[in-house]
This record gives sequence, structure tokens and C-alpha cells, in this order.
Amino acid sequence: MTSELNSQLNVIVDTGCANLSSVKFAVERIGLKALITDDIDIIKSADKVILPGVGNAKHAMANIHQKNLAPTIQSLTQPVLGFCLGMQLMTESSHEGNFSGELEIIDCLNLIPTQVKPLQAAGLRLPHMGWNTLTSVIDHPVFQDISKGDYFYFVHSFAVPVGEFTAAVCEYGTEFSAAIAKDNFIGCQFHPERSGNAGSKIIKNFLEMKA
Amino acid sequence: MLAKRIIPCLDVKDGKVVKGVKFRNHEIIGDIVPLAEQYAKAGADELVFYDITASADGRVVDKSWVTRIAQVIDIPFCVAGGIKTEADAQQILKMGADKISINSPALMDPTLISRLADQFGQQCVVVGIDSFFNEETGEYQVYQFTGDESRTQKTSWTTFEWIKKVQELGAGEIVLNCMNQDGVRKGYDIKQLEQARAVCNVPLIASGGAGEMDHFSDVFQQADVDGALAASVFHKGIIPISDLKEMLKQNKVEIRIC
Repeated sequence: MTSELNSQLNVIVDTGCANLSSVKFAVERIGLKALITDDIDIIKSADKVILPGVGNAKHAMANIHQKNLAPTIQSLTQPVLGFCLGMQLMTESSHEGNFSGELEIIDCLNLIPTQVKPLQAAGLRLPHMGWNTLTSVIDHPVFQDISKGDYFYFVHSFAVPVGEFTAAVCEYGTEFSAAIAKDNFIGCQFHPERSGNAGSKIIKNFLEMKA
Repeated sequence: MLAKRIIPCLDVKDGKVVKGVKFRNHEIIGDIVPLAEQYAKAGADELVFYDITASADGRVVDKSWVTRIAQVIDIPFCVAGGIKTEADAQQILKMGADKISINSPALMDPTLISRLADQFGQQCVVVGIDSFFNEETGEYQVYQFTGDESRTQKTSWTTFEWIKKVQELGAGEIVLNCMNQDGVRKGYDIKQLEQARAVCNVPLIASGGAGEMDHFSDVFQQADVDGALAASVFHKGIIPISDLKEMLKQNKVEIRIC
């Protein structure tokens, strides 16, 4: 590990979601450090930014607005990696239901111009939960040494349909974006922090990639 | 393709991993963290930690081991036992668990399932069901407080009605523990799981009865469950996970080989 990497500032944005510590531990397992913060100046000054998330977009976006983080995240030019709900927050908007039976459209951060829709699983069980393979993956520094056929851990009922910004594809009843990317922003629908060696490789690639 | 999951379950009592036969006579298997790490490395797809004392005792239980597990393993894990409120769930999830599983508290207040699903997302709300086949009535019945034999009691729910109800309320996954089979290693209750599968549209995990490798291929192929949970066969080294996964792959079960 180079000293440059050790001195790099890796930030995990405190979105108020539950999996913050899991993401931090995943970074620590590959021998690096990351700071969980909602401090605007620290986020701006970071070399790498991770946007984690789990749960529902409405709750997460409310937290982001309450902490006034949206303009900061939108202004970032350094590499930003979203995990699961964090990826979904990178889009224009997310469809979302709750168990009181309402369906809403939540405005998200609009970093990548696409939308999160209910996963069209063609009658398969939802949530899509468990280890699934990538059916294709683009050439991108974050996916270095990642191949189609590698397993990742997915847990979700909503997804970005395959489109212009799709960086990796997974199939569950239908094909959907396992990852999306635009400019410095990249998001994974799966959980790299819970995807064994393949997931660790993605986190390592991201933290080691040239800004 | 979505892989079928192999899920070692670690029953936790007073901070140690234990296993009893038919929910009784708990013997200590070992420390939690090294066992968790060992299973993750061996190819487990997920782990469940079930604090078997918590629900029955009604006391506050030290859960600091959750953080220690989250630090060392890179596969998902679920914590069960003693989660009665949104605050309990939040604490466990913040410590790094991916899912929380509720059982007796959901039977006492079914709306808890919806409140947890709305706050944390359906994907992390697992409902555990302890089901017992009553030979006299020919019905599968749901039991509660099974962590403590003296408090274990039958509820008014039949198993399949409860499976339907918890899905309506927002359960993201169901673990069906077939009590008649638990700990005796004679195979999963395929007949019951097939019927459960027919009414279960969320992931269904089979629990109770695994004793041989064939039991896993049977339950995946015959009952189409999403995952198979087992404890003693893994803890006692009767079935190495890597051998099990190779066998399943050869039998055309979709499985993640590490």
C-alpha cells in the first residue's frame, strides 16, 4: 500500500441510513480508512466519496435535505461511489411504495439522469434478495478484474432499467442496471460491502483509482 | 441467475454459540466472532445469529458482538431475538447487521412488521416462524417464546395463514422453522415447505432438520426454497460447506462457488 493511498481522505457521507458502519468496516478490511461525516467542508475536500444507503429513498432524501447536503454532493468533482440505495439516490427520481399502500415518486440528487422504477421481475419473488451474477460489465476502473459471472449480493425491489448510463447488468426476471455511471459518479445496486472478495475488489479499485 | 443460499445459523446464548436438540439442553459450540469469520471464509452465503434467550427473558441483552461480527465478515448477516421495537431494530442495524428477524414480538403486535418495513425497508425485515405439526388436528400451528421451554406456547395462528399475514404487513423474507424436525437431522420438512412456498411470494428460508447433504438438494429441488438454514451439521463439521456447494452444483442447483 502506497503512502499516497494511506494519506488519501476517504469519506462516507452520513445519510442517516443504517449501513454506515458496515461500509466503514469494509474499507478497513482492505487496509484503508474512511471517515463517516455530514460535514460539508470535509466532504468537499475528500479525495474519494462513498454514498451509502439502505432502506427507503424518502427517508434518506429527507435526511440529506435536513443536513443541507444535496448542493454539496451535486457539486462534487472527485470520484463518488454509491452503494444500493446510495446508487438510487444518484438518479433523478425514485418510485417507492410503503406498507400503508401508497406509491410515491421521490426526487433524488439527479447526478445521473435516469430513474428508479419498480423491478419488473416477471412473477419472480420480490425483494430480489441474494447472490446474483453480472450478465455484462463495462470497462471502467472501478470494475477492473471484475467479470461477468461474478456473484454480488443484491437486496432490492426497485431498480434502474438498462439504459444509456448502465455500467453493469444483472438479470432477475428482466435485465436491470447492476451499476450506473456518469462522469465522476458511479453507483452499484448490489452491496459491495457484503459481496465477499468481489465486493472488496470494487471498493479497493475505487479507492485506488486515479481521480 | 440468483443463487440458492446456504445459511449457517448460530444460536447465541450469553454471548456464546450454542445448540440444543429440539430447543432443549443447550451445549456451547464456541465463540461467536471466530465462528462467523470461519463460516464466511468457508463459503456461507449469509449468517443468522439468533439470540435464543432474549425473547423469552424480556431483558436487555448485550449486543456488542454485532459490531464485532460486522467488522470481520464480508457477507450479509441477520440478527434475531429480542427485537421488539423500532429502536431495538435501529440499534442492531446501526451496529452493522443487514437484517433483523422478529418472531414472538410480531405475534404479539403484528403492526410491528409494517412499522419496521416502513422505517428501514422491507428488505431488512425477516419474520421467523416456529411451526409445529399437530398430529391430532392435522394442522401446522405457530408457536411463540420457543427460546424458553417453560414459556413456549401455541398461538391462535395456523402456519400458512400467518405466512400470508406477515407478507401483507411487509415481511421481506420468511424463515420457517419446522419444530418437529429441529435438531434431529432427518431432513427438512419438504411437505410443509412446499405448502408454505405456495403461499409465500417473498424469499422463503427452510429451517430445521438438515442432517445430510442430500437434504439440501431435496429442499431446493422439491420445495423451491430460496435458502436453507442449518446449525449442527455445520458446527459439528458433519457437512463441510465447500463439499455441500460442489454437490449442489453437480445436481444443477444454482449456487455460488467461492
